[in-house]
Amino acid sequence: MWEYTEKVKEHYKNPKNVGSMEDADAIGEVGSITCGDALKLYLKINNNGIITDAKFQTFGCGSAVASASILTEMLIGKTVEEAEKITNQDIADLLGGLPEQKMHCSVMGREALEDAIASFKGETTEKKVKGKIICGCFGVTDDKIKEVIRENTLNSVIEIINYTKAGGGCGKCKDELQKILNEETSKRNNGKKEKPLTKTQLILKVNKILESNVAPELRKDGGDIELIDIEDNKIFVNLQGACKNCPSSNLTLKNFVENILKEYIGENIEVVEA
Amino acid sequence: MFEKVIYLDNNATTRVCDEAINQMLPFFGEKYGNPSSMHNFGGDVGAYVKKAREQVAGLVGASDPQEIIFTSCGTESSNMALRGLTDPRKKHIITTKVEHPCVLNVAKHLEKNHGYEVTYLGVNSEGLLDLDEFKDSINENTALISVMWANNETGVIFPVEQLAGIAKEKNPEVLFFVDAVQAAGKVPINVKDTRIDMLSISGHKIHAPKGIGAIYIRKGTLITPFMQGGHQERGRRGGTENVAAIVALGAASEQAVKYLEDEEVRIKQMRNRLERGILENSFNARVNGSRFKRVPNTTNISFEYIEGELILLHLSDLGICASSGSACTSGNLEPSHVLRSMGIPFTAIHGSIRFSLSRYTTDSEIDYVIEKVPAVINKLNSISPFQSELRELKEIKTAMKS
Repeated sequence: MWEYTEKVKEHYKNPKNVGSMEDADAIGEVGSITCGDALKLYLKINNNGIITDAKFQTFGCGSAVASASILTEMLIGKTVEEAEKITNQDIADLLGGLPEQKMHCSVMGREALEDAIASFKGETTEKKVKGKIICGCFGVTDDKIKEVIRENTLNSVIEIINYTKAGGGCGKCKDELQKILNEETSKRNNGKKEKPLTKTQLILKVNKILESNVAPELRKDGGDIELIDIEDNKIFVNLQGACKNCPSSNLTLKNFVENILKEYIGENIEVVEA
Repeated sequence: MFEKVIYLDNNATTRVCDEAINQMLPFFGEKYGNPSSMHNFGGDVGAYVKKAREQVAGLVGASDPQEIIFTSCGTESSNMALRGLTDPRKKHIITTKVEHPCVLNVAKHLEKNHGYEVTYLGVNSEGLLDLDEFKDSINENTALISVMWANNETGVIFPVEQLAGIAKEKNPEVLFFVDAVQAAGKVPINVKDTRIDMLSISGHKIHAPKGIGAIYIRKGTLITPFMQGGHQERGRRGGTENVAAIVALGAASEQAVKYLEDEEVRIKQMRNRLERGILENSFNARVNGSRFKRVPNTTNISFEYIEGELILLHLSDLGICASSGSACTSGNLEPSHVLRSMGIPFTAIHGSIRFSLSRYTTDSEIDYVIEKVPAVINKLNSISPFQSELRELKEIKTAMKS
């Protein structure tokens, strides 16, 4: 069972502005039935560029309906320029937050809005679909992935899956997602030096990742893992239980533990047995 | 929130029956002995475990209660069957694409890490296997065949008794394991009259508590213990017996046998009435899986062009509990592997809802659900962006009616 906020529940139970619009000035469409969610957004825009009405129809779960419903409420009364600045995070925030795995619902709202504004400005369909398809399962392009990484400051492949669904099907494109992520994070770091994590922050973060993503897997085979210390880029851990005497413990460390930590923290780390 | 609950999710778990609760309680209190002990205080408890073993043997039709081994759940039973293979030369396993993850994921693990080759048999649009394909897939290297009796999502039944016969005829040495978690208590099971070697059941699907299961292992079947430890269960599954739960499983098994006829008659009638009621009043509803080769308590209905999680959320607000094969309910982005294997179109797969009844389901509950579901579906249809497709479906349905 998902933990939905009261706001999300309110909106999926009684969604606002449901329906189509005969005389819409702009229509935005994203998703498909194959992917499991789709959204159609209709906007009425007056001569002063103010959105006077918004309606939606969606094929999706509770959070998809809630995201679309609250988006229409946000849009009415705004100018097109103001509307363009709405991010998926704004949608999620106004809903009081969404479960991590449902963030892509807020992204879908934002995409439909982009699509609608593009059609309002008279951009052709070819121009609207930018970039090359990375995830064949859900039809997500590299441009889309980069944009979402930038706007939401994403740091891991798992986050990319939660926000864009890319990589959530067969998973074949995960390597490519990692590459895109690396490019984007290095751009981000070059652009403005991000404040590096303090040692305490890093320890907390690593511990959380080990607890939620690494240890459960090891426990399946009767093992466990403990964080001992972090020095510079070296993460010292202790393998326990069945892992301790396992001949492939080094492989586990390098291939499994290190890869997962790299996915979340970045390429520049090394996992060492304490 | 829990004022009125209409529980139609009995393939997920069931209410523990009064007989099971009453009979298990003393084992938390005065009868706390260890059945392995030498003294009478423990030994007396052992007598109750023995009785439970007989009751479970009765449910599956084993000729000897010693063929029943208690485990912690259906998943453990499956693991025991698949991981217990003893012949290192035989490295081929056959299973189906629609098995429960407790079989599929173990098979994938054996494939990836232990050098096994696994054949995953597909199903047709009704969810049924091709018997010729099944027969052809068996060879002299086949160590184990693992096929479920009834599917948890669709309720579709595989002819496991017949399949076991076919398998043994082609390769008498092959082990035949049946995941009967969703079949026990719903259809008659008589392992002694079949060529099935192993068969698993789960307590909480048959009105016993969670945390108890069992596996039938035919006498003479070689299996390496999966859970090693003491001599319990004649050395085939170590660990002190979960006496209270075992007693409850025994009681629930006895009840399940008594209620078999109820399943076949009353529950089936209610299921059929529910299905008809929904199909008649929701033009975009369709049933997934064979409507004939099916356990009596389950129906899997797709509502085309609307999404399953949204339906469940709205039903839940009305106190109706069901489940869905939609991607959104699982935290996984892919929808049900069972419905995908059947080739159900995506227009329907995301909107699939499973209703599963039990002996506690009443006619008035079914009336309530028949009344409420079409109203919810109509409301949600109006949110769907696929209005022209929905209109078309409605026209077809109306034309068919007249």
